[in-house]
Amino acid sequence: MKQEFKHLQAAHCENGVTTNLLRTIGIENMTEPMTFGIGSGLFYVLLPFLKINNGPAIAFRTMPGLIFKRTCNALEIPVFRKKFSSKENGKKFLDECLERGQAVGCQVGVYYLTYFPKEYRFHFNAHNMIVFGKEGDRYLISDPVMETVTSLSDYELERVRFAKGPFAPKGQIYYPKESKIITDEVMRKAIITGIKRNVFHMIKIPGTVVGVKAIADTGKNIKKWRDKLGQQKAGLYLAQLVRMQEEIGTGGGGFRYIYAAFLQQAHAFLPKDELLEISKTFTQAGDIWRNAAVQAAGIYKGRIGSQADFDVMGDYLLQISEIEKNAFKALDKIKWHS
Amino acid sequence: MNCLKLAAKTFLMKKEDIPQDNGALNKLTKEIVYAVDSSGNYSTELSTGWEIKTTALDVAWKDIEERIENAKQKVIKGEASPVLYFMELRLMEIGIVAAYTGFWKWTVKQHLKPSVFKKLSEQKLKKYAEAFNISVEELKTMKVHEAGI
Repeated sequence: MKQEFKHLQAAHCENGVTTNLLRTIGIENMTEPMTFGIGSGLFYVLLPFLKINNGPAIAFRTMPGLIFKRTCNALEIPVFRKKFSSKENGKKFLDECLERGQAVGCQVGVYYLTYFPKEYRFHFNAHNMIVFGKEGDRYLISDPVMETVTSLSDYELERVRFAKGPFAPKGQIYYPKESKIITDEVMRKAIITGIKRNVFHMIKIPGTVVGVKAIADTGKNIKKWRDKLGQQKAGLYLAQLVRMQEEIGTGGGGFRYIYAAFLQQAHAFLPKDELLEISKTFTQAGDIWRNAAVQAAGIYKGRIGSQADFDVMGDYLLQISEIEKNAFKALDKIKWHS
Repeated sequence: MNCLKLAAKTFLMKKEDIPQDNGALNKLTKEIVYAVDSSGNYSTELSTGWEIKTTALDVAWKDIEERIENAKQKVIKGEASPVLYFMELRLMEIGIVAAYTGFWKWTVKQHLKPSVFKKLSEQKLKKYAEAFNISVEELKTMKVHEAGI
């Protein structure tokens, strides 16, 4: 069975799935930046002892699953979510959803995701897609990072829904349970909540593991990488940083451009001129992240690599930390109800 | 904030600055990036890739290939069992191997030793073969006929 489904491409999978699912229940004015901002998606974390693919564990966005949850909560839309212990039950439940015309969000692993290019197929289990119908034994898939819809066989879908390892999806299915009219008042409240929570995450959590202090801390660490790790491993670490910052999903500049777009769109609901100014500051932060990536590339390509080059790289992050700190402080100071 | 404002004017990710280089993802799709138009408003554009991140991915793969080759040499020299080779080939870590086979991490570590691996039952070998998407014969001989995983 097939149903009407409007596929909209997004930069990031969870933003895209959330936005597209909300559109299926009639919330037409949602956009990727709005979803990202209301869900307080912007983040920075460097986990000191954890290694991913033998490199540092760095993330530029919040934990998987939270954007969907927070955005729906903020818009007061009840959410359905279910994991499965058996593949059979997972498939049966999915088929029943599709039978009654319910498009669902699915968490999947990308290692066995057949339509992804080989170069991108790591054991990353927090990818998201929408399954919106079935034709014969093929499931109709809307993967938000793609330009068009695609499809997967029974077996292919089962394999990615039940991928194993960290963040194992366990067949997880989720969708907004009921439609609701979203008034401008609800939107305004949701935007303010999203911004305040993001301010808290980036500048108010103590310690140097998350937020702007973690960005500065990474900058300081990078200056030591050349001596501590040696040229080759330091290059590998920097490449990992660039991948987390620029790879599919971030919209460029480690999500900073999406956040800048969110602040512009928020201005339509809350006409505070500060929002437009702070949006520009986030664009600037995104630009410096990208300049830093160019510097990092010089090092991992072996074109440059002196201690001075690592210092320049570290200083970029110290500068970004300062800029983002000021931007979040400015957001914190906005008087919303005047 | 004044100095920031000034700097922001000279920076700004503009539409015309979006790189259109060749990336691996380009085989599948163009990707969305966010940039500002001439009046300073954000919109989305499609990009075919950025050379800077293409090389970052190349660096990661070069490292993976080195690790696979090292693992292969270790198995040939009798310092490790084929489990190590296939673990690297399939980009897995001990934890992921454990999750797919159902063995404890500690057990997988034991099976990395050639002496322990040699004594494994057919049933246990089968579990590894399934996890690595190969046959038991391929697991033992390290010869793989890839027909797409």
